[in-house]
Amino acid sequence: MSEKELRRKEIKAAGDLKRVMSDYYYRMDRISRGEEEGKIAWCSSVGPAELLRAFGFEVYYPENHGATLGATRTAMDYIPLANAIGYSPEICSYLTSDVGSYLKGETPLSRLYPGIESVPKPDLLAYNTNQCRDVQEWFEFYGREFDVPVVGINSPRALVEVRDIDIANVVGQLKAMIPTLEEVSGQKFDIDGFKESLRLSRRCSELWGELLGLAKHLPSPWTFFDGTIHMGPAVCLRGTQEAIDYYELLKRELKERIESGVAAVDGERFRLYWEGMPIWGKLRDLSEQFSELRACVVVSTYCNSWIFSAFDEKNPFESMAQAYTEIFINRAERVKEEYIERMVREYQVDGIIFHDSRTCPNNSNARYSMPQRLEKRLGLPCLVIDADLNDLRCYSEEQTRTNIEALIEQLEEIRG
Amino acid sequence: MGDDGYFVGLDIGAVTTKAVIVDTAKGILASFVKKTGADLEGSANEAFEEALKRAGLSREEIRSITATGFGRKSVPFAQETVTEISCHSRGCYHYFPQEITVVDIGGQDNKIIRLNAEGKRVGFKINRKCAAGTGAFLEEMAYRLDIPLGDLDGLARSSSNAAEIGSYCTVFTATEVLDRIRRGEKIEEIVRGLFLSVVKRVSEMGTFSGRVIVTGGVVAFNPIVAELLSLRSGKEVEIAPHPQEMGAFGAALFALERAQKIPPS
Ligand code: SF4
Repeated sequence: MSEKELRRKEIKAAGDLKRVMSDYYYRMDRISRGEEEGKIAWCSSVGPAELLRAFGFEVYYPENHGATLGATRTAMDYIPLANAIGYSPEICSYLTSDVGSYLKGETPLSRLYPGIESVPKPDLLAYNTNQCRDVQEWFEFYGREFDVPVVGINSPRALVEVRDIDIANVVGQLKAMIPTLEEVSGQKFDIDGFKESLRLSRRCSELWGELLGLAKHLPSPWTFFDGTIHMGPAVCLRGTQEAIDYYELLKRELKERIESGVAAVDGERFRLYWEGMPIWGKLRDLSEQFSELRACVVVSTYCNSWIFSAFDEKNPFESMAQAYTEIFINRAERVKEEYIERMVREYQVDGIIFHDSRTCPNNSNARYSMPQRLEKRLGLPCLVIDADLNDLRCYSEEQTRTNIEALIEQLEEIRG
Repeated sequence: MGDDGYFVGLDIGAVTTKAVIVDTAKGILASFVKKTGADLEGSANEAFEEALKRAGLSREEIRSITATGFGRKSVPFAQETVTEISCHSRGCYHYFPQEITVVDIGGQDNKIIRLNAEGKRVGFKINRKCAAGTGAFLEEMAYRLDIPLGDLDGLARSSSNAAEIGSYCTVFTATEVLDRIRRGEKIEEIVRGLFLSVVKRVSEMGTFSGRVIVTGGVVAFNPIVAELLSLRSGKEVEIAPHPQEMGAFGAALFALERAQKIPPS
């Protein structure tokens, strides 16, 4: 075995993850082909999934498809196609790669799940602009293409505090969706079903939070890069029992790692925070580079974004509005900084990497001088990397690697 | 043994490759600069050999080699690699052992590195992946204007007015420059404007603290950049000794430190 292979420690549960995700995609494929009963709703990643599930919709996430396009590096074949019909290279590259793949009539799902020829067709699209406005325009595109209803929540944005008036606003918008959801699904709204999906979702999110929290252990049993792979169920299957079962399994494995002293990065010397989107097409390279430098990325805004602690089935609408409005991406700089500061302490972080993602200003927090403020306040080095989530035209291999190496040299110097 | 021998720093930049040889007293015995070209290892080797020749040394007398720069991983005969950020810092701090900001204007990228009084790095920034404000930008403009690169500095000095160059982008700037020529503006003013645009791009990258020291090939041949940077920042800006070889010199110091840590066999 080469040294490189030794460094990458595979998580055994990955086999089960593959099964859970392929069951999910094949089920949607059968529904889409009319081989199984059901309806499909497309949903933005922090959209009202639990409400959709309460109506029996199987929920598909274009952003997960976007990440797949990025991770398989097929995004680069498709982005130009969307650019050519007027979707700018400066807007979300999930959107442009996804729309491009639709225009070309291809999907990387075909390679991952043989027999699947296209993404499942939507019966309805539901977004929430709590993350960005791109999801709205993205869904409107498909609404026109498939001629299906588009519903959404236009959230109050960049909040310092989530006030009652904000909750009332979002609750109103959630309730206003119900007639359309009833009509498309052919099912009457059932509050108990909603409560149940919320309960399952909260359990999933608790487990996900617990799993991420295991990285507080020294040395960490897993990394941000592992997290980006294993978060599939937390995003796509929250509100289902499958997600919960999977995370119970993963939890056992990671706890075992801790008990037997297995580190994700051998000889872990430095612990880092990753702020911003993953660079999907470079996950493997980056994860190897960090391992070689014996640095572990132990915590990230991104993976933490699917912990919704506010869900409470006793108070379904309000708690859902709270959970989806209070998310990190939807907050003012001040709140984001306090959050990062807390994570830095809890995870014993030595340095922060800000990924300034060209096409996602929403997930790029290096643009209002936050790294400079945190550097001063926390006394930790903060590095900004200019790249992108999916568009590798915005990525410089050499510059990124040198920046990371130079950060580690700086940390070595600090430690003396 | 232990206390003698010679140490080499190789800086394989995107545009030029530099070799520096130092002795245990950290004095430079010889250096050599050449174009990098496509064969990174070949360039490193050639620069190394030439520097050896100049110093009158043989390979056997070299105790340690450290590689840095864009092509640092392509030098199999180096014992270690260190980033150019650390090498420029190390080299400059040798001459200016106090709080400094190192501004390196290279062929393909720029860096701003802040060091505290102990020589520890406080922060650093490499420019975005864009030629604006780098040596590559000046080369492109010299080519467009059909002026030998070596004449730019003198031309810019012969004018006290700088044409306003507005764009970030090298390609847009080229059109802007052609348009100014068409309108009959003076070439000296345009060239001064080009230097000023380099200085603006660099100033946007970050703030300066302590003494400001400039390194890199661009100031080695165009010291006017340091003067304009000083005017713009309102701070004294000094050109480092042998600015183009500073990265290689810093690498040579790392090679020396490394060798001194390892007990001689
Ligand atoms: S948050 Fe960013 S990456 Fe996600 S959909 Fe919006 S623009 Fe795209």
